[in-house]
Amino acid sequence: MAIVTTPKKACAVNPLKMSQPIGGAFAFMGLRGAMPLLHGSQGCTSFGLTLFVRHFKEAVPLQTTAMSEVATVLGGYENVEQAILNIYNRTKPEIIGICSTGVTETNGDDVDGYIKLIREQHPQLAKFPLVFVSTPDFKDAFQDGWEKTVACMVEVLVEAPAVGAERDPARVNVLPGCHLTPGDLDELRTILEDFGLKPSFLPDLAGSLDGQIPDEFTPTTIGGIGVDEVAGMGRSSWTIAIGAQMRRAAQAMQAKTGVPFRLFERLCGLIPNDEFIAFLSDISGRPVPEKYRRQRGQLSDAMLDAHFHVGGRKLAIGAEPDLLFDLSSMLHEMGAQVTAAVTTTQSPVLERIGTNEVLIGDLEDLEELARTRNCNLLITHSHGRQAAARLKIPFYRAGFPMFDRIGAGHQLSVGYRGTRDVIFDIANLVIADREENHQPTPDSWQTSRRSLKPGRRSFVDATEGSIA
Amino acid sequence: MSSLSATIQKIFNEPGCAKNANKSDAERNRGCTKQLQPGGAAGGCAFDGAKIALQPFTDVAHLVHGPIACEGNSWDNRGAASSGASIWRTGLTTDMNETDIVFGGEKRLYKAIKEIINKYNPPAIFVYQTCVPAMIGDDINAVCKAASQKLGKPVIPVNSPGFVGSKNLGNKLAGEALLEHVIGTQEPDYTTPYDINLIGEYNLSGELWQVKPLLDELGIRILSCISGDGKYREVASSHRARAAMMVCSKAMISVARKMEERYGIPFFEGSFYGIQDSSDSLRQIARLLVERGAPSELIERTEAVIAREEAGAWAAIEPYKPRFAGKRALLITGGVKSWSVVAALQEAGLELVGTSVKKSTKQDKERIKELMGQDAHMIEDMTPREIYKMLKDAKADIMLSGGKSQFVALKAAMPWLDINQERCHAYMGYVGMVKLVEEIDKALFNPMWEQLRRPVPWEEVAKNRQTKGMAQMDAQAAEVAADPETTRRAKKVCFCKEVDLGTLEDAIRSHGLTSVEAVRQHTDAFGGCCKRRIEDILAKMPVSSPPAMLQAAE
Repeated sequence: MAIVTTPKKACAVNPLKMSQPIGGAFAFMGLRGAMPLLHGSQGCTSFGLTLFVRHFKEAVPLQTTAMSEVATVLGGYENVEQAILNIYNRTKPEIIGICSTGVTETNGDDVDGYIKLIREQHPQLAKFPLVFVSTPDFKDAFQDGWEKTVACMVEVLVEAPAVGAERDPARVNVLPGCHLTPGDLDELRTILEDFGLKPSFLPDLAGSLDGQIPDEFTPTTIGGIGVDEVAGMGRSSWTIAIGAQMRRAAQAMQAKTGVPFRLFERLCGLIPNDEFIAFLSDISGRPVPEKYRRQRGQLSDAMLDAHFHVGGRKLAIGAEPDLLFDLSSMLHEMGAQVTAAVTTTQSPVLERIGTNEVLIGDLEDLEELARTRNCNLLITHSHGRQAAARLKIPFYRAGFPMFDRIGAGHQLSVGYRGTRDVIFDIANLVIADREENHQPTPDSWQTSRRSLKPGRRSFVDATEGSIA
Repeated sequence: MSSLSATIQKIFNEPGCAKNANKSDAERNRGCTKQLQPGGAAGGCAFDGAKIALQPFTDVAHLVHGPIACEGNSWDNRGAASSGASIWRTGLTTDMNETDIVFGGEKRLYKAIKEIINKYNPPAIFVYQTCVPAMIGDDINAVCKAASQKLGKPVIPVNSPGFVGSKNLGNKLAGEALLEHVIGTQEPDYTTPYDINLIGEYNLSGELWQVKPLLDELGIRILSCISGDGKYREVASSHRARAAMMVCSKAMISVARKMEERYGIPFFEGSFYGIQDSSDSLRQIARLLVERGAPSELIERTEAVIAREEAGAWAAIEPYKPRFAGKRALLITGGVKSWSVVAALQEAGLELVGTSVKKSTKQDKERIKELMGQDAHMIEDMTPREIYKMLKDAKADIMLSGGKSQFVALKAAMPWLDINQERCHAYMGYVGMVKLVEEIDKALFNPMWEQLRRPVPWEEVAKNRQTKGMAQMDAQAAEVAADPETTRRAKKVCFCKEVDLGTLEDAIRSHGLTSVEAVRQHTDAFGGCCKRRIEDILAKMPVSSPPAMLQAAE
């Protein structure tokens, strides 16, 4: 099993990691009528905003407390107060979600204390939903920001049900990790509804960042789960958490409301989905709909068709822990070798990845490992494009950000159907790469002159298609 | 006063800036950055501005000293183009962690500089300061100085942490860093009477290369472009240019002015957006070079090129004019572009219904008035909601703006074109203007718009079906109401308990009731006032033999 290592470099080159505060802000974007607010200087927000807009090609609500140098010295109370009042008066949100940044964590702003004071000073805000999460940039990563924020939402917004209150047997909470797309959430919603279950997603990015065209211009999120619905999540019969990062929120939910949870660390792959579907059938008391029997068949067939292309591939993958675990495990189960794995932050799933070593590092590390270990498939987010061009190997984009392709919000990887599509996409990249870059020539199998030919990395390289 | 705040104060007192010159002393002391409003601010920080201004130097390593957010969230996000080197697109950051915050990040910064030199050996390293290390007191000037001396490589501190102000201020602080540490530190291999500097041109989408061939043809050499597709050596030796053009930007004016002051390089403000502006700029370059000693025949050659290029561009735009007749454009951008693009669009026959002047100077506004007439619709500040409404109400046919406001137009199903930095097409010079017109045409006349604006047909169908259903129910209700027997039976007998005649008749018939008391036992007709009416009903009803079973039960 894998050993997790950290490099000793002073300079991160081509970062894989995105910052923690925008991971937190991202979670708030799955609430209806929400305005995420970063407590920091305005660049903290502007960079994050640009990143989200480029990824989703959607208008994204994200505000800033616009800390100046002076405010940083004097403390940020006034900036937080003004920001909340301005947002409250101008954009009429249903909730404001506040994440701290490196700047305001370094000077030690006590935002929880500020919020109490602001509620006292402004009675109209006494009951208004304000959620604060501490997310310094100099610690942890994007996924951690999401994890902390969702856990915090559960703690603050979910109401403990009254003693003896009845649970709705059909109602199910879903706590999705940040590696799931709006398209994934819609797929999960369909699956759960097909079992007669009524899911509540927290957060629900499918309502807010799935490319809806609203009738009116809205400065806050245009959809997502409402604060009222979040409050009632304690009456559900089950909580389904997806990705190890959601354990914390699921535990918070159980502690507060007694709703039991089941954690699915992965939803890409045949076995994970078998377990998932079996669980749904079990809790709903309904047989598995015919549709999923067929989808399972289609996935099995896709695996049969694709294993010629995926089997034996040397995979170099850089992603946040849960996505890394999900995709690399699926491909490992298809016969690929996880040859280089780089991630952003600690997680209990890392040591279970089917490889020898997982590095907490950057894209330079990934590129270097991919080069020295002759990898021939690269998976990471869009910032891997430079490395892919230099390595000249097929590149499958996964994770956040994905700014140089469109449709990032609808890339599907969950369920039998999502897994099938991922497998087809990756296999097709491999096929295209073989046709474009590895056509056999009369010299391909010349053993004596092999070492003279540039660009040939291994014995199987020229013929990998026909041998695999 | 720290040296950074001293620098900022100096920048605010820029005599070359017309806007600044018109201010009172009190206003000037307050500086030119607007107070940022918490919860209502948009736009980048000073670090962002500095990075934008300098990152297009392609052979320089750009190292960001700070936590992951500053570089991790922003690297490789601008569309500047390079003719060779690629190190500028490499994301480099010290990625400060908690330990660095507690013990200071200077050591890590020094090590990072050393690692970069060992790995890439670039001609220079620019080190960008950010908020967190500025707060904890990391002295990047000292680290850069020590590194330069020990490692024998120019290591340039760019002191522009995000919280000191806006993006625009960051542009200026970047200029200060160049003036203080770079410009004039090297000598060019050779000079010619035709050497110029371009200041404030970032070669976005490679647009510089839409103009460069014309300069090449005239024998004019770009000694240094600050900073599009620029090289460290070029900017370091840029003080030997004969003339300079400040392209499309007030942000870098102090660089141009101080280079005039220090090295006697005359400059002018110009733009390559639009046909007229391109010609004017070429003329100005030639004029300044001739004034500085270039042979005067340059002016004739320049005029010849201008005549040829203008004719070509007009001929290419001509076919679009009838197509654009009556089409109205809304322009949301800033500064020089607010008029240089207005001129260009008018050249193509578009009507301008408004242009934003939020970031424009007084002169910019004058130019707009010249071009659009006295009643020009100048938009000081328009909220997205207002823009959306304007487009939705079809007061404009197309919006041209920067990427941030694109969804306001697109979600209103309105054609939109990106004319700011994130765009993927280049619009400079004569070819660029033809390209812009082509793109506007493509956007305006895309058949997709018509489909998108159509009402959803099945919503109509659904509505019709619902109306039909409702009508049917109404008709049934009317039919029921029209039947005389139903009307008779629906007549209320007991008003207290709302019991109708039909119910009573059914009870009497099925149970063979004969007395008022029996009727009251079987129905709800309990009130006192209906006794007489029930007696009447019993009298009218034919006496029927009650079912045996019921009789037994009674």
